[in-house]
Amino acid sequence: MKLQKIIPQLITVLVVVLVFGFFTYNAQINMENRGIDFGYGFLSQESSFDVQFSLIEYDGSHSYFRAYLVGLLNTILVSIIGIIFATILGVIVGVARLSPNYLINQFAAFYVEFFRNIPLLLQIFFWYFAALRALPLPQDADAMLGVFFLTIKGLYVPAFIWENLNVFLYSIIAAIIAIVVIRIHARKVQETQGKQLPVFWISVGLIFILPLLSFLIGGVSLSFEIPQLKQLATTSFIYEGGLSLPPELIALTLSLALYTATFIAECVRAGIQGVGKGQKEAAASIGLNPNQVLKLVVMPQALRIIIPPTTNQYLNLTKNSSLAAAIAYPDLVLVFAGTALMQTGKAIEIVSITMLTYLSLSISISILMNWYNKKIAIKEK
Amino acid sequence: MSKINFLKPDKENLNTFLYLGSFLFVISVIDVFLNSFFSLNITGFLPSSLSFIIPIILGFIGLHFIRIEQSGYKFLDQVNKNINTNNFNAILSLLIIFIIIKATPPILSWFVVDASFAGDSKDVCSGTGACWTYIKVWFRRFMYGMYPNAEQWRINLSFIALALLGSVGYFATEKFKKYLTLYYVVIYPFIAFLFIFFFISGGPVFFDFSYGIIAAVISIIIGFFIPGRFKFYYFIFVPITLYIALKYFIFYEELIELGKLDGLNWVETGAWGGLSLTFIISFFCLIFCFPIGMAFALGRRSDFPLIRYISIGFIEFWRGVPLITVLFMSAVMFPMFLPEDFFIDKLVRAIIAISLFEAAYVAEVIRGGLQALPRGQYEAAKSLGMGYWKMHIFVILPQALKLVIPGIANTFLALVKDTPLIFVVGLLEIVGMLNLAKTNPEWLGFAMEGYVFAAIIFWIICYAMSKYSYNLEQKYKTER
Repeated sequence: MKLQKIIPQLITVLVVVLVFGFFTYNAQINMENRGIDFGYGFLSQESSFDVQFSLIEYDGSHSYFRAYLVGLLNTILVSIIGIIFATILGVIVGVARLSPNYLINQFAAFYVEFFRNIPLLLQIFFWYFAALRALPLPQDADAMLGVFFLTIKGLYVPAFIWENLNVFLYSIIAAIIAIVVIRIHARKVQETQGKQLPVFWISVGLIFILPLLSFLIGGVSLSFEIPQLKQLATTSFIYEGGLSLPPELIALTLSLALYTATFIAECVRAGIQGVGKGQKEAAASIGLNPNQVLKLVVMPQALRIIIPPTTNQYLNLTKNSSLAAAIAYPDLVLVFAGTALMQTGKAIEIVSITMLTYLSLSISISILMNWYNKKIAIKEK
Repeated sequence: MSKINFLKPDKENLNTFLYLGSFLFVISVIDVFLNSFFSLNITGFLPSSLSFIIPIILGFIGLHFIRIEQSGYKFLDQVNKNINTNNFNAILSLLIIFIIIKATPPILSWFVVDASFAGDSKDVCSGTGACWTYIKVWFRRFMYGMYPNAEQWRINLSFIALALLGSVGYFATEKFKKYLTLYYVVIYPFIAFLFIFFFISGGPVFFDFSYGIIAAVISIIIGFFIPGRFKFYYFIFVPITLYIALKYFIFYEELIELGKLDGLNWVETGAWGGLSLTFIISFFCLIFCFPIGMAFALGRRSDFPLIRYISIGFIEFWRGVPLITVLFMSAVMFPMFLPEDFFIDKLVRAIIAISLFEAAYVAEVIRGGLQALPRGQYEAAKSLGMGYWKMHIFVILPQALKLVIPGIANTFLALVKDTPLIFVVGLLEIVGMLNLAKTNPEWLGFAMEGYVFAAIIFWIICYAMSKYSYNLEQKYKTER
């Protein structure tokens, strides 16, 4: 009996070890033959290549590690923007699919079926090479709302120039803390006295009033730097000042958001449909108004169904952002696994670091997810 | 006639409200329609800001008037129920109707009216519409990549043959139904492999293909006389043995001789491309990833801790990284792991990489199905004295796979949609060919047409697949 349990495991482990041993053995011999040494020392060497778009200060004189950070930050930036837009769009479309209005739900269904069935890479190419190329040149661009300029070279938006920014941030943090405290207090009041405090309006008031106070008292001030057209040569114009978003970033976030929103919409729809009709009827029959039914009965149950698959979609979006390499947006894959690998030739080290980065991102999110799932799971006896 | 309250349409003045409401609504639609199709603005005498929103206001009032519950007219009740339940819905419905009317003329003119279809040079594409001539000229490249024009019948023939062989299941009589699983799991992939790797690539190895076909035909003929209980083993081992015998012992000399003759021209995999490559890659990855995924799904639920941990490690690793890095790995890192004189074609490497990647997703889907089965099924099978394999093959897997048809279909859809990523290893399927064609100096500026063309093709493939999986799901749905 014991032997029966051990032998299959032993064989499996042996096979795995053999395969890995074979690979490492070959890798060693190959590297010796080609005169490559294995090591991560190159990370501190000077990278001597430039990156077009970076959130932190970077040029060729910085190290490869800094290049890695630039790529990672760009990946995170595009993921966060994509996630925000995809969530907003996905929730709207998901709710619209359940609308009793025939036109609206057909429109939403059309959107989902259309964008879901076209490869993401094709969509990225479409936006980048076809749609955004049809935009006007900088000198011909019309201002939207007077301050935004959408041109073939990217989107130019006014930059915020803050004074005493930290006071403003402190005020927001203080508002959030105050809201949390009031919520806890309100719950206590409801449990002990049965009274309901208007928590929502208090929260809204706080989140507006405290930052406003910081403007009036704390010396915070905000001004805008509006992009200005500047002539470089007779036919070459650029915008100066303000914030510029490169077309790669726009195409990437646009396609990621449009594509992922279809999946999020389906999650939202499944979640809301998953709450039984009886639940809503029961809630209405004990005298809750429609808003309360939604807030206290439907949403908590729907969220339990919606959140796990939606997190998976967020993860997918983050991983899909690696397609940026195809349109030369300097993300982790392009900067590190592309340019840096080309320059150093350290294939094994660089590919493994890149993979490990994505892997640790995924695993940390899935650990968080499992914890959350356990917390909200219905506890049955 | 009773008093009319315009804020509250009621049934008493049904006709008045109905006529007035429909009139206003029709006027608003006609206004937008004339506006977009004939650029005629019947409210042009008004100030521009007012004339812009007048259709919405008119339509809104019109819809408000006809919102009468239980009017007695079936059609009106349908309309009210579907697009006109309250003010908010009415506005949204109007907006959607107007957007559709507004969007139709430009889309139509770009696609059809102003588009150019004729000719075979760029000169015919002068208008504002799409240049479908570009697609026409490049059609072969988009379908077959760099595959030589004269040899493309081989790809067509292979696909037609595989489609015919694949549709055997529909025409099989009751007598042969029981062999279908065996056919689809063992024989069909084998024949497909022979077709793709030997017939399409051609060259001296084409003779391998001929031997494969001879071996398959001979073994099928003999197979009819084999007693039923040996058939399974027979069909696994005999064709392969026959093939090896034919290749290495019987016709070996002839191969050398014939190789000097022109059998079929050798076309290296680097020249393959276009939509046919999409099909080839999807097809093989689909065949490979399913058994691998199933094995790891079973491994993850195994009682042996070491096997379980190895399976978990495998699945989580592939699920945690983007496909593009996997392909990077297969392109730059994998050759380092092989002996120096050992060379694997890059198409094969890409297929292995995508298969392993998708296998992890298939494994998770199948695991979901395994977990959903009640314990009673396992216990019942065990109580009948079934062992591990018997239990899984005859009791557990058929039920579990039935449960996860939608999940597996989604994974396969994702696989098809992931094939364009093989540009990383330097293979160009249809999207890659589009990018190549768009940089051709003779045909600059037609990126839009190309992408729309590819999008339509992919959309049709994926939509058909998802509808098919839905049908399959309905067909195999069993009440529990």
